[in-house]
Amino acid sequence: MKTKKFKEPLTNTQLLMTITICIFIGMYLLAMGILGGGFLHAQQIFDMLNDNASLIIVSLGLTIVMIGGGIDISVGAVTSLTVMSCVLYLNRGGSVVGSILLAIAIGLAFGIVQGLLISYLEIQPFIVTLAGMFFARGFTTILSVDPQKVDHAGFEVLRKAKLEIPWLGYYAGNGNLVPARIELGVFVALLCFVLVFILLKFLKLGRAFYAIGGNQTSALMLGINVKFTRFISYLICGVLSGISGFVFTMHTGAGNATNAAGMEMNAIASSIIGGTLLTGGVGNPIGTFFGALTLTTIKKIVVSSGLNDPWWQSITTGGMLCFFILLQSVVLSKRSKKKK
Amino acid sequence: MQTDPLLQMRHIVKIFPGVLALNGVDFTLRKGEIHALMGENGAGKSTLIKVLTGVYSSDGGEIKVDGQVISIKSPQDAQNHGISTVYQEITLCPNLTVAENMFIGREDSVWIKRKDYEKKADEILSNLGIPARSTQELGNCSLAVQQMVAIARAVDMKCKVLILDEPTSSLDDKEVNMLFDLMRDLKSKGVGIIFVTHFLEQVYEVSDRITVLRNGELVGEYTVEELPQVELVSKMIGKELGELSSMGEHEEAEENKKEVFYEAEGLSSSDALPFDFKIRKGEVNGFTGLLGSGRSESVRAIFGADKVTGGNVKINGKKVSITKPIEAMRNGIGYLAEDRKRDGIIADLSVRENIILALQVMNGILRPISRSEAESYADEYIKMLNIKTASRETPVGSLSGGNQQKVILARWLLTHPEYLILDEPTRGIDVGTKLEIQKLVLKLAEDGVSVTFISSEIEEMLRTCSRLVVMRDRHIVGELKGKDLNQTKVMQTIAGGESENEDKQ
Repeated sequence: MKTKKFKEPLTNTQLLMTITICIFIGMYLLAMGILGGGFLHAQQIFDMLNDNASLIIVSLGLTIVMIGGGIDISVGAVTSLTVMSCVLYLNRGGSVVGSILLAIAIGLAFGIVQGLLISYLEIQPFIVTLAGMFFARGFTTILSVDPQKVDHAGFEVLRKAKLEIPWLGYYAGNGNLVPARIELGVFVALLCFVLVFILLKFLKLGRAFYAIGGNQTSALMLGINVKFTRFISYLICGVLSGISGFVFTMHTGAGNATNAAGMEMNAIASSIIGGTLLTGGVGNPIGTFFGALTLTTIKKIVVSSGLNDPWWQSITTGGMLCFFILLQSVVLSKRSKKKK
Repeated sequence: MQTDPLLQMRHIVKIFPGVLALNGVDFTLRKGEIHALMGENGAGKSTLIKVLTGVYSSDGGEIKVDGQVISIKSPQDAQNHGISTVYQEITLCPNLTVAENMFIGREDSVWIKRKDYEKKADEILSNLGIPARSTQELGNCSLAVQQMVAIARAVDMKCKVLILDEPTSSLDDKEVNMLFDLMRDLKSKGVGIIFVTHFLEQVYEVSDRITVLRNGELVGEYTVEELPQVELVSKMIGKELGELSSMGEHEEAEENKKEVFYEAEGLSSSDALPFDFKIRKGEVNGFTGLLGSGRSESVRAIFGADKVTGGNVKINGKKVSITKPIEAMRNGIGYLAEDRKRDGIIADLSVRENIILALQVMNGILRPISRSEAESYADEYIKMLNIKTASRETPVGSLSGGNQQKVILARWLLTHPEYLILDEPTRGIDVGTKLEIQKLVLKLAEDGVSVTFISSEIEEMLRTCSRLVVMRDRHIVGELKGKDLNQTKVMQTIAGGESENEDKQ
C-alpha cells in the first residue's frame, strides 16, 4: 500500500499553480494565433518582463506575506517612495551603490516597523499597511511634487545595460536586425525569484510561513515562533519593495509622485492569479511569476485588440481576477468534496 | 511500574479575569505510568495542561522535571524539557505534508532535509502502524490519522512527558485500541503519559493512576484499584450518585391525551428522506440511531435548517410552511444545533449578546432589545441555568463547554418556544451539567413545551424521553415507548433485530 513510488496527488498549491501556467500558455498561444503581430516576436515576452520586473519583485514579497496569512498593501507606495528617494539622492551626487543601499534601507525600514506593529502588537495587517501606504505616498509627494529625471552618469550606464540576444531578434521593416533586449532589472527580478523560491521550498523559515498561514495555533504548538516568523515575512516583503523601487528607477529613469500607483493591487492580483490564497497557507513563487505574466498578457491582448482606452485594461483585469477566484474556489471545493 | 517522580507540579495557581481557574493544584507523574487527569468541564484540566505546556503562564507554584525546577514560558520551552502534547483539536498544519508536520519546528539546520525527513517519517509511521505516507498532505488524511501523526511526532521527540488531551474523541474502536497499544508501548519505554478524556471506561482500560480536579482544586490522587468508576464520577461532580438514576419515570397513559403540537407528513429535505413525525404538547421524544442514520438530518428538516424539498407540516392542526429557520422560529420552534462551536455560539460576543440573539432575530432588526432589557434577560437566565461566568459581559468563548451550551439553551428558552429541538445538547460536557440539562428538559415538558432530545448516549435518552424514534439508514425503523423503553430493546431496533415495532405512524 505504501510503495516508495506512490505518486502523491497535487497539493492545492501545485494544482492552482498548474492551472495558472496552463491558462497563461493557452492565452499566449491564442494571442499568437489570433492577434499575431508583436506576439510572434520573442521581444514581446522580454518587453513584458522589462516593463514588469518591479511588479514581479513586489508580488513575490506579497506572496510570502499572503502565504503567512497576512496582507501588505503598502508595497506600491514604498516602491514609489524608493524611486523618488533614489532619484533625488542620485541627482545630488550620490553614488550608485549608495542608492542601492538607500532603496534597501527604505524597504527594510517599512518592513521592520510594519512587521513589528503587526506581529508583536497584533494590529490588523490591513490597517497597518494602509497607514504605511498613506505615509509612503505622502512622503513621496513631500520629496517632490514635480517629476524628477535622473541625471547621473554612473546610473545611466546601469540603466542602459541590456542583454542583447541577436538570434532571438527580428528584422524590422527597414531590414535591420533588432536584437532581443533584456534589461538589467529583469535579472534582478529573476535573482529575487530564485531566492524566494529557495526560501519557500528549501528553508526551514519558508515552511514556517506555510505553517503559520495554514493554522496559526498549530504552528505555535509545533514549536514555531509565530510572531518572529510573521515579522520576518513583512520584513522580506519590505526589502523586496525597496529593491522593486530601485528596479523601477532603472526602468523609467525618473521619479514621479504617481509612480507605481495601484501597484499593490496588481501585485495582489498577480499573487491571487498565481494561486496564492488570501486565507493563507497556499501559494507558490512560480505561480506568482506566471500570475504577473498572465496579468500583463491580458493587458497586452486588450491593447492589441484595439481597445486602447485605459479602462478596458481595468475592466479585463477585474473580470479575470473574478474568473480566477471563482475557478479556485470551484476547484478547491470540488476537491474537498471528493475527499469526503 | 517504576515510581520515580518524573514531573511534579506544586501549588499551581492560575487566575483569569474574575475566575480562579486553578487554586493550588498539585500533580505528580511518575516514570512509565499512564496517569488520567479527570474532572468536569471547567474543573481546570485544560488549564493545568496549558500551564504545563507553556500556553498559559502560571500565577504561582512550581514545576519540576526530573527533580529540577523549570520555568516554561512557551510551547517550545515545554518541548525542550521533553513535554509534548497532542491536543483534542488537531494542532498540525493541514497544508503541509505528514513528514513536514512531524519535523517542523525542531529542525537543527536552516535547510529542510526533505528526503531525510520523509525516510525517517516513513520508518516511524510504519513502526507505529500508522496508515499514512510521509509525502501525503496532512489535510488529506482522516482525523484519526492526523491525530496519530501528532503522536508520532511527539514520540519521535524523545518526550519524557506525553500529554494526550481527549485523544480518542474522534477515533473509532479499532483506532482507539491501536492508540492504547501505542500508549502501553510508550509506557514500557518509561514515558510518563497524562491522559485526559471524558470516557470513563477508557480510563480504566489503560490508566495506572487518576488525579481528580473539581472547580480548579485538587480532589485527590488515586490508583485505579482504589477508585471504582462510580466513586470516580461522584468525586468529579462532588455529589452522590443516587440523583443520577432517580429521574424520569413517565406516565404513558397521560401522554396520549395531550394535543398534538407538531405534525409532519412525508417531510423531506436535501439531506433527509421523507418521514412522518408528530409530537404532542409537553412530550419529550427522542431520535436515536447510529451516527449517519439520519437523526440529525430529520430534525434539521423540521427546523428548516436544510433545504426542505417536500411534505406537509401542521402546527396545532393548522397547515404551515416551514422552509427556513426564521419561519420555524416564528412558529414557536427552537433548535439547538449539534455542533455548538460551529452552529451555536458566537465566541467573541458576550454572554448577554449570545443569549438575546434568537429573540432579537425574531423581533427583527427594527425593534432592538434595549440594553437594560437584555441585561435583565441575561441575568435571569444566568441565574436560572446556573451559568458559571465571570459576568454577563464575558465573551462566551472563554466559558467552559458545558456553560457555553447553557448559554445557547438560554438563547432558545428566551424565545419561549413551544417546541424545542435539542440535538446532542450534552455532548462533550460534564456529568453535572448533563444532569442539569436533563432536569431542565423534564421541567420544560411539565410546563407544556414539546421537546425533541437527541443524544448518542442511549441511557440518557431513556431517562428523559417518553418516546423514542429509532432510525437506521436514513429511515425510521421503529418507535418505542412505555415498557419497551429499555436499552436492550433500543439496541435491537437499531441493529434491526426484532422488528415488531415497525408500526408506521
